[in-house]
Amino acid sequence: MSAYIPRYQGTVTKYVFVESPEMTPQDLAVRAYEISEGAMIKETCFGLQVTGTAEGVEKIIVALRELDPDHIFVKDRGFPPGDPRRCRANLGGARPGFFGHEFEISLIRHVSYGLHELTGRDATSIPHPPTPSPETKLDVDKLKKLVEAQEP
Amino acid sequence: MAKVFIYPATSLILSDLVARFGHTPLSAAQSIREHIQTAGLESPPLQISPEDPKKGLKYAAVEVPSGVRGRMSLYGPMIEDAEAGIIIHDADLAFGCMGCARTNELIIFLLKKRDIPVLELNYPKTDAEGAEFVAAIRDFLVGLGREK
Repeated sequence: MSAYIPRYQGTVTKYVFVESPEMTPQDLAVRAYEISEGAMIKETCFGLQVTGTAEGVEKIIVALRELDPDHIFVKDRGFPPGDPRRCRANLGGARPGFFGHEFEISLIRHVSYGLHELTGRDATSIPHPPTPSPETKLDVDKLKKLVEAQEP
Repeated sequence: MAKVFIYPATSLILSDLVARFGHTPLSAAQSIREHIQTAGLESPPLQISPEDPKKGLKYAAVEVPSGVRGRMSLYGPMIEDAEAGIIIHDADLAFGCMGCARTNELIIFLLKKRDIPVLELNYPKTDAEGAEFVAAIRDFLVGLGREK
């Protein structure tokens, strides 16, 4: 076993996803470079990764969100960009976590629509979101009765 | 500002909406970051040390696979720390290469067992559902602000 010395200690990394008809990741990256003030910006096919101090990253995120608030989405990332344990360049194939992002990005236009509609929505109206089916799983006692009924 | 545990813990949509409406999302990234930014012995890929499955013993018994206990050592403390929770039930992405079905069941059970507000939803499949989905999350999070 060898000693582990973390890279980019004390930093936070955030993903910025853009799914907009009016903005590309490149537009977002140009704006991010302008205001980066020492933070590391990495442009990707879906948006950006921003790495830096918590305050610095938050400042950049707030400014980027203003560009297209309903179509820019942000989440935390545990690993810094290019980390050999996660980077596709070292591992090959899709990055772990890609499939989750791929799935949610396929639905995110509905969330963008919801955010857009939110401003004109009556504050007193009660929302009826998609909810899980109320069907319950098989009760243990019922299962036991079924098993006993099958015994010769 | 309340700490809101999100399930799936890697969800982009939930993480964004919770932060957007002024609260702190508790997601997998925070605990993974804490692990990989702590110096110690090399233990790739997530720096999960032999101590972590022991911490997971608080949430799952010793005969439970170590993967469940290792995962619970990441998620368990966050569930204890949470002041509210949002669960998306039809999140197939939380199983397979992204996670473990038994851990997921345990996470949902522990969240419901705690006496905190929990919002349960499905993913929106249409624009109309998207509007209701976002409004429900907004109302839930605004309500948390009022309670505090």
